[in-house]
Parts: sequence; C-alpha cells; structure tokens
Amino acid sequence: MKLNGKTVVLKKEQTLFEFLTVEQFDCTTIAVEKNGVIVSKTEYENVWLSDEDTLEIVRFVGGG
Amino acid sequence: MEIEVNGKKRTIGCRTAFELRAQLGSESDIVILNGFQIDNDCSLSENDTLTIIRKGVMPDQEELESMMTARHTPAVHKKLKLGRVAIAGLGGLGSNIAVMLARIGVGRLLLVDFDIVEPSNLNRQSYYIRHLGMPKTTALQNQLEEINPFIQIEIRTVRVESGNVAELFANYEILCEAFDKPAAKAMLVNTALEKIPHIKIVAASGMAGFSSSNSIKTARPMERLYVCGDLENGAGIGTGLMAPRVQICAGHQANMILRLLVGREEI
Repeated sequence: MKLNGKTVVLKKEQTLFEFLTVEQFDCTTIAVEKNGVIVSKTEYENVWLSDEDTLEIVRFVGGG
Repeated sequence: MEIEVNGKKRTIGCRTAFELRAQLGSESDIVILNGFQIDNDCSLSENDTLTIIRKGVMPDQEELESMMTARHTPAVHKKLKLGRVAIAGLGGLGSNIAVMLARIGVGRLLLVDFDIVEPSNLNRQSYYIRHLGMPKTTALQNQLEEINPFIQIEIRTVRVESGNVAELFANYEILCEAFDKPAAKAMLVNTALEKIPHIKIVAASGMAGFSSSNSIKTARPMERLYVCGDLENGAGIGTGLMAPRVQICAGHQANMILRLLVGREEI
C-alpha cells in the first residue's frame, strides 16, 4: 500500500481504524484520503485496506 | 493614444510618462507605470496604466482606489477583486492573513471567530491595546476598513462546528483554516472536504517556537488541500507561539491563496 508517497507492507487484512491505531495516529487530529477520496471519520472502522490502496494522512499539530 | 490615468481612461497627446506628469502635476510626483514605480522616463503605449501620486495629499475616493492598486500588475488586480475567501480563526494566522489579503485587494472576505481579543493575543496577532475585549471579528473588520475600504467584508461571530461548516463556507471558493487547536483544524478540514465539493482549503500545521524559518513550507497532500507549516512543531508547554514564525506561516498561506485566485494551483 502507498502511504504518503511511500510503500508500506500490510501484514494482514485490516480496517483503516486498526491501521491508524497500530501506527499510533490520533484520530481526532488527522484527515485521511483513500484513493483520492476523503474518508469520513465515521467510516474509519468500516473501510478495509488492501495493497492496491493509496492513503494520504495529514496530521495537524497545534498553533495558530 | 488612449491610456488609463489614475483609474480613468484618457486620450493623451504626449509620448512619455514624464511629459504627462509635467502636464498634470509636478516633478516630485511619484509615477507608476503598469505596476512599476519608474525613476527614469519611459515612452507610453496604447492601453498603458499610469498612476501619478502627489505625496502627502489625500486624493478623492475615486482616485484613491486606483492609486492603492497601482503597484499590482493590472490583470492580477482584476482577478483578485473577484476573489472570495473565507478565513476560519482570527488568531496569529487568520488576523495576519486577513490583513495581507485586504492589502492585495481580494474583493470579498468572510471573517469567522467566536472569541474576543485578549492581552495574550498581542504577541503575534494583528490587534492593538484598544481592541482588548472586543470580538476579534469586529476588531479585525475595523482594521481592514482602514487598510482597504474598497473590499467587502462579512463577519460571523460564531464557533465553527461540524454542523455549521457547510452553511458558513459553501459560498466561498477558498477556505483558509487558521485555527489553533489540532482537533478543530482536523474537524474543519474533514468536514469542508466532505460537505463542500468545490472548495479549496489552505490550512496550517506546525509554526511554534523559533526554529529555522526555512523549515516552513507549503505542501499539497490532497487535490483540494494545501498545508503550510513545518508539520511538526506544535504549540505546547514550553514551546510558545511567536510572531515571526507564525507570520512566516501566515505569509505562506496568503501567498498560496493569492496563487489560487490567479489560477495557479501548483505549490
């Protein structure tokens, strides 16, 4: 799978939510696009990932 | 030949910019030809834009707008005048971005913030002592009207939540995310990308502290999402927000918005 332009190997079938949890992303401070389409936060647990997918994860840090 | 002088079309008989200045004013007047202030005389061509400014004299309203826009490239100004930009969050990023967009003459701005101006804002935000206690929306609107009275400013003193994002921003082509808290930033970006299909977002992440200016960049991680900042340095205990890096980041956002308004989508 492509993650932010780099290839990552998915060890098993998993949902986006499981992937984000293992990779220690804070779901409240990110935006995720899968294959060019924004993924609604309510769908993180229903979206399954595969090797052909391209994920873009943007993480926001505080300050403004 | 016909040229534009101080905002008005005129048919002129002289051939150079300084000849025309001698006819209309005095030698000490500033002359701006097609967006560039000239020190040496230049010949004039059909459809040139010439601005002659007498220093220290307040022009009438009609002439003022053409004088204020004289340093812009003429075709660029017309595009910016048609631009519609919403700014969500009027802190260190949003207040400074609004000032820049007003200066370049973006025709319509929406300013959204629920908060009032506090003493701790003055270290980086575009407010003054006299604004303390005022809603940021009205304090900023007052400044922008003094900087450029020829743009339309709409204000909304409300908290932005997932439920009102579409209603607030759907009429704007560009949304500037300028919040402070990371969860609010993510909420706005997610909701706007989902609910407003045409909108382009220019957001910010990572501008705290005083590490290198050069680590602040503009990125385009998604088709309709631009993110400015170093992507790492969040505000936290022991790491404050300081005017220089916040304004560098605000400059990145304002310039990306300017580029989008003139049709340049690449970063």
